[in-house]
Amino acid sequence: MMETLSIIFITTVKTLIYFGILMLHVAYATYAERKIIAHIQLRLGPMVVGYHGILQPIADVVKLIFKEDIVPSNVDRRIFIIAPLISLTAALSTFAVIPVSDSWVISDIHVGILYVLGIAGIGIYGIIFAGWSSNSKYAFLGGLRSAAQMISYEVALAMSLVGVILMAESFNLTEIVKKQAEYPLGMFLFPQIIGYFVFIVAMLAETNRLPFDLPEAETELVAGYFVEYSGIRFALFYLAEYLAMFCMSSLATICFWGGWTIPPFLIKALPILEAIPGIVWFLLKVYFHMFLFFWLRGTLPRYRYDQLMAIGWKVLIPLALLNIIVTSIFKYYS
Amino acid sequence: MKTETTRELLINMGPQHPATHGVLRLVLEVEGEVIKKCTPYVGYLHRGVEKLSEDLTYVQVLPLTDRLDYLSSMINNVGFCIAVEKLMGIEVPERAKFIRTMMSEMARICSHLIWIATHALDIGAMTVFLYAMRDREYILELFEMVTGARLTVSYPRIGGVRCDVNNEFLDKTYKFMDEFPKKVEEYETLIDRNRVWLKRTKGVGVITAEEAINWGLTGPTLRGSGVYYDVRKFFPYDAYDKVEFDVPVGKNGDIYDRYKCRMLEFRQSAKIIKQCIEKLPEGSILAENAPKIRMPASPLKIDKRDIKFEIYIEDKNIEEFITKFTDVYASVEAPRGELGFYIVCDDSAKPYRMRIRAPSFVHAGALPRLCEGSLIADVIANIGSIDIVLGECDR
Amino acid sequence: MDPLEIVKIIKNNFPQEVLWYRCFRDECDITVRKEKIKEILAYLKNNPSLDFDYLIDLTAVDYLGFREPRFDVVYHLMSIKHKHRIRVKAQVKQKECYISSVADLWRTAEWFERECFDMFGIEFVGHPDLRRILMPEDWNGYPLRKDYPVQSDLKEKEWETYRQLKEAAKIWREDEN
Repeated sequence: MMETLSIIFITTVKTLIYFGILMLHVAYATYAERKIIAHIQLRLGPMVVGYHGILQPIADVVKLIFKEDIVPSNVDRRIFIIAPLISLTAALSTFAVIPVSDSWVISDIHVGILYVLGIAGIGIYGIIFAGWSSNSKYAFLGGLRSAAQMISYEVALAMSLVGVILMAESFNLTEIVKKQAEYPLGMFLFPQIIGYFVFIVAMLAETNRLPFDLPEAETELVAGYFVEYSGIRFALFYLAEYLAMFCMSSLATICFWGGWTIPPFLIKALPILEAIPGIVWFLLKVYFHMFLFFWLRGTLPRYRYDQLMAIGWKVLIPLALLNIIVTSIFKYYS
Repeated sequence: MKTETTRELLINMGPQHPATHGVLRLVLEVEGEVIKKCTPYVGYLHRGVEKLSEDLTYVQVLPLTDRLDYLSSMINNVGFCIAVEKLMGIEVPERAKFIRTMMSEMARICSHLIWIATHALDIGAMTVFLYAMRDREYILELFEMVTGARLTVSYPRIGGVRCDVNNEFLDKTYKFMDEFPKKVEEYETLIDRNRVWLKRTKGVGVITAEEAINWGLTGPTLRGSGVYYDVRKFFPYDAYDKVEFDVPVGKNGDIYDRYKCRMLEFRQSAKIIKQCIEKLPEGSILAENAPKIRMPASPLKIDKRDIKFEIYIEDKNIEEFITKFTDVYASVEAPRGELGFYIVCDDSAKPYRMRIRAPSFVHAGALPRLCEGSLIADVIANIGSIDIVLGECDR
Repeated sequence: MDPLEIVKIIKNNFPQEVLWYRCFRDECDITVRKEKIKEILAYLKNNPSLDFDYLIDLTAVDYLGFREPRFDVVYHLMSIKHKHRIRVKAQVKQKECYISSVADLWRTAEWFERECFDMFGIEFVGHPDLRRILMPEDWNGYPLRKDYPVQSDLKEKEWETYRQLKEAAKIWREDEN
């Protein structure tokens, strides 16, 4: 009895810490995005609130919370209200299994990858519901696009991870990280380079980021599925999107970049690096992926809908299948 | 039993939409994402410039023309002035001609910069927008130096220009135009060979040369289809016959070729401006017989010696009518295409009828032809590629 | 080709239709009766030596009080191949305020004719979709006609739709309170 209670207590505390850190990350990811893109585009970005606008995200959150909560009169009220919550809950739940360092994971379940993919899939419901219940044609089209896009790219995303699963012989995310240390370069990035490429592209599509941000294409569908949302509900969608970005970055870090571990050749070259705690490495790798998101947004135009689907089905899925076959053959003979 | 019915989805794009470049409204009948029918609605910015100008003197009309195509107001002014000069028979001094040509080309660069900025933004490349804005800002500052205004300049006058340019302006402009082709290359590195950009623009919104002519397209939109037609070459005005430049012509008539045409025009414009500065003659900037700012309301003395007519019907009043109502049509090559002014004069200082042939109006009319059968995303790309300004379209 | 020559060609081919021509500032315009305007324009377009493939502009001018017939429909034609322009005018009476449409010769005429109809009330027979274009659909009167009131008492001449909207807004506001 005591044991169960203590487990519950520890898990709750862990979750709360996790939650706090995540929220701070999301808030400052928006800030970082604005700053990075601003500097790519010869601008300064937020400069007014605090030193170099450092308090801008907090000001934004306060503003969004205190904004009038508008529910348009001809929406399907219940679903309209539930939709952002579904998206957010799904995005938050994925972090339950993501290990940030050796011992730091809320729930170390054995089918971690499947869990992340499954829960991320639930997030689509939020988007479809939002698009449908808004009773607006732009939102509707955005929702439809999103549904089609996510379903087709989820296939590629899952398949790109099969190679990793084969090599690690486990679905457990902690196991996958540990397994990578056994490989000469310390990460699956090099043997799984095709898988990594497919994963990165599918990741961009899965999180609706440029060049695949069709569901919310500003210049076509105005804002896509959340065009009717405002105030805190709008913020929840935003939150869900950035959480999904973090989730995907973490997954990329864990599955391809060796999570919190440092490649052995680097330790050999610079033994001092070992003193740095694993979580720092983990975060650095995640930040790199986040930067990749922002960088691409500052550089690339947007694909068209049919082209997006063509890339998904005709390029990424065959590539992922090829990767699985190659990996299996290597695995079988080694 | 319940029968299932289907219906097309009608999407109302605009008049408030981030990508319709103003207040254009398109009603799209879509099946999935494919457009079955596209109906443009214009007129949301109709201010009655044509009617308004009937009650103003020629000099007073000039600032109105600024408000047509507000992205290249200089060229609108020049176009109007040329029409009135033709009507009144005013010979513009050489120096003024060169200054006008130079300013027109600067306005063209300005306008094309806005075009590349918004076109790229519509397709999703956000960075180009701000790069283009940076350079536009510099040209606007140059404008401000000479004219005191940035957007609605009202700088040309009937019979010349308002004030002379100084050496500081010329030096700065020359230096900027020297660097400018490099900046164009900068935009091109971002999008020119970008796979996504090519996929979005090549083979999209194709219009053949015959069709483009039939639909009345002008400017780079027409030249993208491979038709060599440029008012500056066909009917030279100002100093365009004294400078050397090429007119870039496309081949396939798709969005990419129209884009390429405009990108090449940037370089030609810079070349023209440099030549204008090199060749800029000394002299006065306003013709002696140019009308004063406070133009008397009536009557207007028009030199009608070259009028020639022949009447084939029996009517005594007709001869009087023919000699009273004179009309001219003059056009300039605006960044969007042929901007024409058709003025009917009844010997008073106010135009009896002023008609503005606006390229944007014609291009907006051709949108259904370009859009039908393509996807929603292509509509946006097409609107960007025909480069319309609704202020000019609705007048 | 010199515009005067083009005018002569038209005169030779349609002797009954041409009323007069005039040249001014190197431009020539030719005034014709409206009945055969489409034939004349089709001839200009299809004759290879003239080749007027491009309709630059189509508009109208109202000569109220100066001449009868009152309107001139003005066509600006250009040939890209031969680099020449011509202006053709067709007279339209107020009583028979219609003229045949040239939208099937030049697609660009479609919108020009709509505008002309919107502004002058001249009907274009055979136009596929003759609606108002710049003014609201339920607008009264034709703004570019010379007898269109420029200044008027707003209360009397207020646009009906706007007045209805204002009243609806008033009722709505009272309901709110």
